[in-house]
Amino acid sequence: MSRIQVITIIINCVFIGYIARLITKGKLREEYAIVWCLCTFILVLFSFWTKGLNLMSKIFGVFDPPNLVFTAFIFLILIYLLHLSVVSSKSQHSITRLTQEMALLKEKMKKGDDAEQNN
Amino acid sequence: MTKILIIIPCYNEGNSLPLILEQLLHLKLPAHFKMEIAVVNDCSKDDTKWVASLYPIILLDLLVNLGIGGAVQTGFLYARENGFDLACQIDGDGQHPPWELIKLLDFYDQTKTNIIIGSRFLDEGGFKSSFARRLGIRYFHWLNKLLTAKNIYDSTSGFRLFDKAGIALAAEKYPDEFPEPASLVLFSKYGLSIKEVPVVMSERLAGKSSIRNFKSVYYCIKVTISMLFIFIRKKT
Repeated sequence: MSRIQVITIIINCVFIGYIARLITKGKLREEYAIVWCLCTFILVLFSFWTKGLNLMSKIFGVFDPPNLVFTAFIFLILIYLLHLSVVSSKSQHSITRLTQEMALLKEKMKKGDDAEQNN
Repeated sequence: MTKILIIIPCYNEGNSLPLILEQLLHLKLPAHFKMEIAVVNDCSKDDTKWVASLYPIILLDLLVNLGIGGAVQTGFLYARENGFDLACQIDGDGQHPPWELIKLLDFYDQTKTNIIIGSRFLDEGGFKSSFARRLGIRYFHWLNKLLTAKNIYDSTSGFRLFDKAGIALAAEKYPDEFPEPASLVLFSKYGLSIKEVPVVMSERLAGKSSIRNFKSVYYCIKVTISMLFIFIRKKT
């Protein structure tokens, strides 16, 4: 086992431990954790299976194996970023609706209070 | 009896709000109109909320800053829920003199148009704003003509009167961030009639425009994108 393999495996273990901690503490929702767990799994897989990367690059017709790693991960990151933008747009929309509803309710309650005082 | 709601979106306009509220409360509308005023406090950092609470008005207090679109939409939601026949948006910074409202109402009585825009470009006189801003407005005039096949000169004017159909649509779908030009595409898409009435506007008394960097191309690009997407979006 080469030095870089040992380093990646250790880093992966720490990373997955951290993700697990975030989930158990309720700071990360499980649905988002899936992506991170999957990424870690792929990294672990390739750190054990050193020939795998070469095989993959041959399948995809990539000349230099590291290029496959970069291309694939940049692509994944872009897609994930887009997904996060969608999620944040959605929650922004919900916050808007909630805030508006709150404002209307507050006004309604105030009106109710005023009517009560007058009676 | 026609019930009309005046919607005043406010962000840090505690200084100019008293004047505009005084003017509105003393405004004599034609007898068949019954006016109520709703101030939407868009999470102001100054004393807007306190100032507004001194007057006999409806105060819609937002806990999170939603921007001009979200704030005005809150007013439309209130208007829809409480069965108002008309809603008029007036800026809280004193740019829209309340007495000009009567011109819009007169025009509504005559034509029953869905959306009536108080426009500063049909007549001479009054405040016309900076050159860069006028240039932007000309661009939006062109873009609006392209997308809606209508001639609307002052598409960035926030001085607007909505009837019941307009209120219902705005309560549902009023655009978030750049509502004035973009909403015109929306309204014409849903077949509402839009007309302009010349009004005289004044320079803002205090506060800042929500379009702070109108000079920047950035704003124009954002609005263009939002207008194009409203144009191609499916009706739901």
